[in-house]
Amino acid sequence: MRILILLLAGLLAMPAQAGLKIFVTVPEWGALAKEIGGDKAEVFVATTGLQDPHHIQARPSLIARTRDADLVIATGADLEIGWLPLVQRESGNPRIQPGQPGYFEAARQVRMLEMPSRLDRADGDVHAGGNPHIQTDPRNFLLVGAALAARMAELSPADAQSYAANWKSFAERWRVALARWEKQAAPLRGLPIAVQHKAFPYLQDWLGLKDVATLEPKPGVEPSVAYLGKLLAQVAANPPKLVMRAAYQSPQAAEWFGREAKVPVVVVPFTVGGSDKAKDLFGLFDDTIERLLAALK
Amino acid sequence: MNRTSLIVLAASGVLASFPASVFAADADSNSLNALREEIAQMKQAYEQRIAALESRLVQTEAKAGNAEVSARQASVAASQKPASESAFNPAISLVLAGTYTRLSQDPNTYAIGGFAPTGGEVGPSRRSFGLGESELGIAANISPTLRGQLTLALPPEGGAEVEEAFIQTLGLGQGATLKAGRFLSGIGYMNGQHAHTWDFADAPLAYKAMLGGQLKNDGAQIKWVAPTDLLVELGAEAASGGAFPSTDRNQNGATLGALFAHVGGDAGVSNSWRAGLSLLGTSPRDRQYEDADSTGTAVTNAFSGRSRTWIADAIWKWAPNGNGVERNLIVQGEYFRRKETGNMAFDTAGANLVDDYASRQSGFYAQTVYQFMPHWRAGYRYDRLDSGNVSLGGTLNPADFPLLAAYKPKRNTVMVDYSPDHFSRWRLQLARDQSRPGAIDNQLWLQYAVSLGAHGAHSY
Repeated sequence: MRILILLLAGLLAMPAQAGLKIFVTVPEWGALAKEIGGDKAEVFVATTGLQDPHHIQARPSLIARTRDADLVIATGADLEIGWLPLVQRESGNPRIQPGQPGYFEAARQVRMLEMPSRLDRADGDVHAGGNPHIQTDPRNFLLVGAALAARMAELSPADAQSYAANWKSFAERWRVALARWEKQAAPLRGLPIAVQHKAFPYLQDWLGLKDVATLEPKPGVEPSVAYLGKLLAQVAANPPKLVMRAAYQSPQAAEWFGREAKVPVVVVPFTVGGSDKAKDLFGLFDDTIERLLAALK
Repeated sequence: MNRTSLIVLAASGVLASFPASVFAADADSNSLNALREEIAQMKQAYEQRIAALESRLVQTEAKAGNAEVSARQASVAASQKPASESAFNPAISLVLAGTYTRLSQDPNTYAIGGFAPTGGEVGPSRRSFGLGESELGIAANISPTLRGQLTLALPPEGGAEVEEAFIQTLGLGQGATLKAGRFLSGIGYMNGQHAHTWDFADAPLAYKAMLGGQLKNDGAQIKWVAPTDLLVELGAEAASGGAFPSTDRNQNGATLGALFAHVGGDAGVSNSWRAGLSLLGTSPRDRQYEDADSTGTAVTNAFSGRSRTWIADAIWKWAPNGNGVERNLIVQGEYFRRKETGNMAFDTAGANLVDDYASRQSGFYAQTVYQFMPHWRAGYRYDRLDSGNVSLGGTLNPADFPLLAAYKPKRNTVMVDYSPDHFSRWRLQLARDQSRPGAIDNQLWLQYAVSLGAHGAHSY
């Protein structure tokens, strides 16, 4: 009993944290929230760049971390549907439920690509809200970030000025970087590529890459060697110059295809933490473009 | 002369003299014009340069804004759905399952030696081809603060059984959640999960013997999550009871109460775990079961008294870098300990001999499932029960209670399953079941379970 009382007293005596407590589902929005929040936000990221964002479990630690969060930042478009709704319900936290200001979906701020014209699981693991991997186009960060900065200011008016200033500074640096990346990536325009998973439509849209082959027969379905062989024959007339896969994905299919088609395999970090150089958002795109350009040589 | 005229005179003098001086400089007039022209040209040139600079500035500004503009490209199209009554339809999910079963013992004689039958569906499914329980789930938010869920189990024999039908608060605040209706109790680890999400085709023996399969409550549950980074979750339930180990008491108060505590967290990025302790208490009255007395005559016996069950559970999950898509490992186990005291009525329809009854029984299972390549998993489970000592009052003859005779049931189970995608699973399971004293049941299951429609999140 005495231990219990001590424990309870300890819980109540915990110092109140300054700024917002933010729970983020994936590393890219975590990095963005840190840029905007600065020292006025405590950011917890639920996953790493080496985890498949489609297959995350509602781990006990995630329930504990959402319990006191002021804001949950998710990608949305059903990317987190396998675990986040459960974590939100179990958290007992009214502020971060869907529809509340404390729940923010990045995908709502941008133009979605690959909206399915029909919804049928016969088409594999399709997302009804469009392709959720919006973080591969850096221009989307300007849209998501502006909305996020406004939301954070709404939730913590005392820190609004700080968030606005941080956001302005980030957006300025980001625009400069965007111009630089676009200039660097100019040789990639129109480049035919193969992708392992339909994870890069936004990157392709940004850099003008053309995917001529997708190794997965259906989204989320692993290709067989027979299927890859067929694919190889199909693209013989218009062969891709490289095969691209995200860091979290299994290397086998891309490596087989790269070997057979005699093209380099490019492992892009996909999100912050997906490679050693992708330590922050700037590093993410520096590294992505560097790796793509390296494959051209 | 006044002052004004003087000034006028002076002015006219100046005016008069000026043209003279200009004419005097007549020779220089051409060069002056040239100078003027030059100045005009310079002015024009400067103006042009300024205009050029200005336009460059505008261009630069436009360029800077360009990134933003291109980011906004076609911007966020507000996708509007046509108004429709069905737009608020709840999420509907359906689980279909089927089995092929081979059993070396007759499933109709299934019993767990040393333990009173629970009346639940604990035996293996029927032999040969069988339809598993189909499960229809309907769920939606009711209001900003409430969510409702119905799960109907459709047994192959026909009819429908309400497996779960509850409302749940969406964030009551301070980490609290209230649930009311019929729900799977939060005790133990596997109890709160739907059977189709289990890693083996059937329940552990401990669940079968102690809870009659799975404990469902008609009642209310309150759960509280502590404001700590480590998950500390406390819960309490009050229910009317009805199914094993309780009975319907026809009283106003709750006849079953449960308490549980869970602690869980991550150990590095590759490991996560949860451990729990639960207590289930109830006071059944006239809890009947069928047995055969010492002469082999079928009799009905009944227990009345107090029943307390402790459950300790733990689960540990590992995946390289926390990415379980290729390989992952799950190790879990639960230990049950039940104490029942009260009295036992022998042959309630005939002799109706009533005397003291006390038992301390325990059991556990430990299992591990390893995904060795994408989509493929293999698992092993060990089950063990200990009927302990059942003490009967002097007027009762232990020989009249053959089902309660001391025994230590055990079972070894292996399985391999294949999940081509999120929504379907195929499983082959082999078991050597020694639940019955003196008989070994070799069991084989071939099973499929698929999920259609809305696919809700799975619990940890």
